[in-house]
Amino acid sequence: MRNINFGYGISRPRAIDIDNNDLRKSNAIIAEMPELQACIGCGSCTASCTAGNLTEFNFRRLHTAVRRGEYKGAYEDINKCMLCGKCRLVCPRGINTRALIMLIKRKLGDF
Amino acid sequence: MAKRVVIVGGGPAGMQTALELKARGIEPIIVERDVELGGKVRDWHKLFPSFTPASDVLDPIIRGVKSAKIRCFLGQEVRAIAPDGVTLRSEERIHADAVVVATGFTLFDAHRKQEYGYGLYSNVITSVDLERMMNNGRVTLADGSEPRRIAILHCVGSRDEKVCQRHCSKVCCITGVKQAIELKQMFPTADVFNFYMDIRMFGAGYEELYREAQQRYNVHFVRGRISEAAQTINDRIQIKAEDTLTGRPLRMTVDMLVLLVGMNGNRDNESLAASASLNIAPNGFFEPKDSFRGAVCSQREGIFFAGAATAPKSLADTLAEASMTASTVAEYLNHKYNTR
Ligand SMILES: Cc1cc2nc3c(=O)[nH]c(=O)nc-3n(C[C@H](O)[C@H](O)[C@H](O)COP(=O)(O)OP(=O)(O)OC[C@H]3O[C@@H](n4cnc5c(N)ncnc54)[C@H](O)[C@@H]3O)c2cc1C
Ligand code: SF4
Ligand code: SF4
Ligand code: SF4
Repeated sequence: MRNINFGYGISRPRAIDIDNNDLRKSNAIIAEMPELQACIGCGSCTASCTAGNLTEFNFRRLHTAVRRGEYKGAYEDINKCMLCGKCRLVCPRGINTRALIMLIKRKLGDF
Repeated sequence: MAKRVVIVGGGPAGMQTALELKARGIEPIIVERDVELGGKVRDWHKLFPSFTPASDVLDPIIRGVKSAKIRCFLGQEVRAIAPDGVTLRSEERIHADAVVVATGFTLFDAHRKQEYGYGLYSNVITSVDLERMMNNGRVTLADGSEPRRIAILHCVGSRDEKVCQRHCSKVCCITGVKQAIELKQMFPTADVFNFYMDIRMFGAGYEELYREAQQRYNVHFVRGRISEAAQTINDRIQIKAEDTLTGRPLRMTVDMLVLLVGMNGNRDNESLAASASLNIAPNGFFEPKDSFRGAVCSQREGIFFAGAATAPKSLADTLAEASMTASTVAEYLNHKYNTR
């Protein structure tokens, strides 16, 4: 049968595919900083973030994505962080967010 | 001779326990630190979820205590407890056959969350201040004018490692929904925004009230915790949060910021517990013997609990538990004195 072009391309599925995502890095990050598991997604870190005010950088979204094994663009994105530490002052779960940034950088850097 | 039970605390829990013990022929004695009976509820205007005036519930209980001629030591603080009585701050001892701890909770001191500016910015108030304003018949901004835009922040002094209060205070979400509706009733053209991390609607009718706030009163719910507040040059308040559901930082200016303060364990829980070898739970409240059949029992025979002394509780839960405490104490006394 002839291939008919309906004008649709195959785009990458938008769903977060936990079955196929490689969770090894994510697990390694959590193993080194188990406190990240306590995040309740309140967004205080993003709200207080200096970098997030000026750029698309969203720290809560980033570390949530990394936990789900969605690493694409994360390393480049995290370089927007200025390591000012404001996020750490507001986290209600007492997560050392600044240390987390360094950890994510280190783990994703050796891709 | 009637058996005697000393009840520490003359809030709703203590009074209801006393009334029900008295009805069983037991002699209750209430010791209350304040000069008046009633506990925190004295300050509440209308109660969730039914908007019943708090005085409609509290006054009949106080009248009941008076007409039953229950002995009350007012303005007296209990310093130590034991199964056979209590010691007051004045060193006077009151002997008893059992003791009920109904010492309730302490409101979180909003000054401790400096980033929200309570005590610094004139239009940052707490949920308790709002109840008092409503009781005084007038809610206004500091300059006497009407607020046009109001933000209500959930979880202030609860679920927060930074102030060492990890637990959820249970009643503030529904209080926030109730107060949002009351504000919209007072100021129908004002915009009200509730900033929350999770909405916890645990009781009968609560979820329905939440929905009513959304649908009928057009209260806006934003999922994100306010990270800081700052006063603008014209006494308004600028707040910052993340609107986590769109994943973008959010800024807005409001006329009034209401902080939903949490319920903490009393500061003297530790010393009271130590005086009788009772346990304090990690959340700072008294730890009951177990969470099911022993929820009103302590680790010590002869010492019992009622109300918010063991955990944040609504008034309805507090009163129901007080009934359970009274019957458990009565059973204990029966058993103790009939089998000897
Ligand atoms: C902002 C807010 C709004 C609320 N609104 C509602 C509502 O609308 N509906 C609802 O169902 N619930 C509401 N609640 C919950 C309600 O206030 C509690 O359920 C209730 O107060 C618990 O009663 P209690 O007797 O256990 O404690 P308390 O009310 O705290 O009373 C304890 C008493 O013990 C006394 N005491 C403490 N230590 C000592 C001591 N060592 N010696 C002598 N006396 C002592 C205290 O002075 C106090 O009078 C609200 C709570 C908050 C924080
Ligand atoms: S340390 Fe980085 S992520 Fe945290 S507030 Fe500063 S810039 Fe934002
Ligand atoms: S402030 Fe803490 S708890 Fe809140 S989203 Fe950021 S890391 Fe998670
Ligand atoms: S009841 Fe709601 S506002 Fe109160 S501590 Fe729990 S989640 Fe926060």
